[in-house]
Amino acid sequence: MKKVLLAVTLILLMAGGSFADTLINGAGATFPYPLYSKWAYEYAKKTGLKLNYQSIGSGGGIRQIKEKTVDFGASDAPLTAKELSEAGLFQFPMTIGGVVPVVNLKGISPGQIKLTPDLLADIFLGKINKWNDKRITELNAGAAMPDDKITVVHRSDGSGTTWIFTNYLDKVSKDWHDKAGFGTAVKWPAGVGGKGNEGVAAYVKRIKGSIGYIEYAYAVQNKLTHTKLQNRDKAFVDPSIESFGAAAASADWRNAPGFYVVLTDQPGKNSWPISGATFIIIHRQPEECGKAKIVLGFFDWAYRDGAEMAKSLDYVPIPKNVSEIMEEAWAREIKCKGQALWKR
Amino acid sequence: MALLERHKADKIGDAVFRGVSYFFAISVVVLMLFIFAVLFKESLPAIKKFGLKFLVSSSWDPVRLEFGALPSVYGTIVSSIIAIVIAVPISLGIAIFLTEMAPKGFKGPIGTAIELLASIPSIIYGMWGLFVFAPFLSDHVEPWIIEYLGFIPIFNGAPLGIGMLPAGFILAIMIIPFISSVSRDVFQMVPPMLKESGYGVGATKWEVIRKVVIPYTRSGIIGAVILGLGRALGETMAVTFVIGNSHEISHALLDPATSISATLANEFTEAVDPLYLSSLVALGLILFVITFIVLVLAKFLIGGFSYKGGNL
Repeated sequence: MKKVLLAVTLILLMAGGSFADTLINGAGATFPYPLYSKWAYEYAKKTGLKLNYQSIGSGGGIRQIKEKTVDFGASDAPLTAKELSEAGLFQFPMTIGGVVPVVNLKGISPGQIKLTPDLLADIFLGKINKWNDKRITELNAGAAMPDDKITVVHRSDGSGTTWIFTNYLDKVSKDWHDKAGFGTAVKWPAGVGGKGNEGVAAYVKRIKGSIGYIEYAYAVQNKLTHTKLQNRDKAFVDPSIESFGAAAASADWRNAPGFYVVLTDQPGKNSWPISGATFIIIHRQPEECGKAKIVLGFFDWAYRDGAEMAKSLDYVPIPKNVSEIMEEAWAREIKCKGQALWKR
Repeated sequence: MALLERHKADKIGDAVFRGVSYFFAISVVVLMLFIFAVLFKESLPAIKKFGLKFLVSSSWDPVRLEFGALPSVYGTIVSSIIAIVIAVPISLGIAIFLTEMAPKGFKGPIGTAIELLASIPSIIYGMWGLFVFAPFLSDHVEPWIIEYLGFIPIFNGAPLGIGMLPAGFILAIMIIPFISSVSRDVFQMVPPMLKESGYGVGATKWEVIRKVVIPYTRSGIIGAVILGLGRALGETMAVTFVIGNSHEISHALLDPATSISATLANEFTEAVDPLYLSSLVALGLILFVITFIVLVLAKFLIGGFSYKGGNL
């Protein structure tokens, strides 16, 4: 009994110790979680400053930063300029990712089949429900499309991945816009829901003839079969770090109010059409100036020294011209007792 | 004198003990009322906005902020019924085997194994359901069901391995340990004299079980079933993994569906809009009420049966 008590006390002490060490708390999107924790780990090794990031979902991150229970929030979907100013918040992009349609079709290899925006929307609307539908076979003359029923797999939990994917469908299909719209969760016209990227990956692997959408890194790690997709310039592209980066480079950050930029359906011959930036959200006039300064210092380091780490984890770093715009904006807009908090 | 003091101290000790016990007993009730009050308060925006339509509407559209509880309520109830229908006969069979038939060396190991099943966390059942059980169902069981029973509307559909029926199966597996271990315990309480009298007048084993053991323990069995039902109604993670999470009500049990707890687990984190959040809390309130009704019904049934049971 005494031993048990001792062990419990020790564990509590250790837990207490690790809490006490954590200076900065952040919470939000699940998609960038592996990257943020890697950055936090490396940053702590270098500077001794500890950050703790909890991947509770974008919605939770937004709620918590509004309630000031964390020092920064993270969201896959940008807040609009109006939402930001109402809550006194400021957002900036931290990394870029892509959402990829993946299929489970016998004898079809990754990138072998092509889809147009219309086809993708009609499949997710449930209007096309066989893989050997004429519209699919005409586009993919080389591939032997099986006579399988199409099962749509979507996320069952609210998710930034869903936000990006449905935002794209909403842009390219009027029918989708009328029937479902876009958001972190929507009323799906068809299909089954898997919980999390890993849930969708498991369902797609399981169900013959299924099609789902998934974060690029998960598609790579799970060796799922992605499709080619036609972009705005009518070119068929494969998802890759380069094609996501192409979409980000062509966006106009400087003139977007509140940096509300959505990277879906961007122009450019090499752009992957379902790309998205994931954002960090902080208070415009933070109460704890010292902490806010550490937060900005961390993200400044991440912009500069974190880029290679991002690539190694299949994330796209923010291009240099964009990160410069962001740091100018920090200097201009983040104020502490009337003074600029960030000096360049 | 000393005796008197001792007496006094005893009295104080008793009073303190009584007070503390009262406090804990009452705090359970207070806590329950608080939970109800908070759920009710938080779901007010949804109740005001949708009214009773919330209960009968089957639209769940977070984009247009139209919410209806019907698909979730339907899924919760139907998956629990499937679980009970499968689990009750199996559990009673296990309990009868353990108390009436199993050879001595058998009872201990099997009993322990069943109790171990009850202690497996539900997330493990969920992952097992998704990665092992669902593939098995979709490759071997569901094609058979569709081929031979497909003419009955509830059994047609695609063999996905995930949906209402798989959720019911998983729930059944999860509640079998509860129902069987409780019924085993109540079966053991049947006085041996009653059973021996049965055998004495020439009854077979089956007759003794049917006419002596089960009538005598009826209220206990119902208690066990309600315990299982309670767990099935509220079970979250295991269901979320295999039910398919679709807000469409389908007549076919093989199709994906959703349940109240699955909807909550899935959508709580990203529900930013106050009305969305409130609708989710309202779902929680409905689950609270359903569980409450089941418990009241159980009390009622147990009361009614034990009277008869006692008189045999």
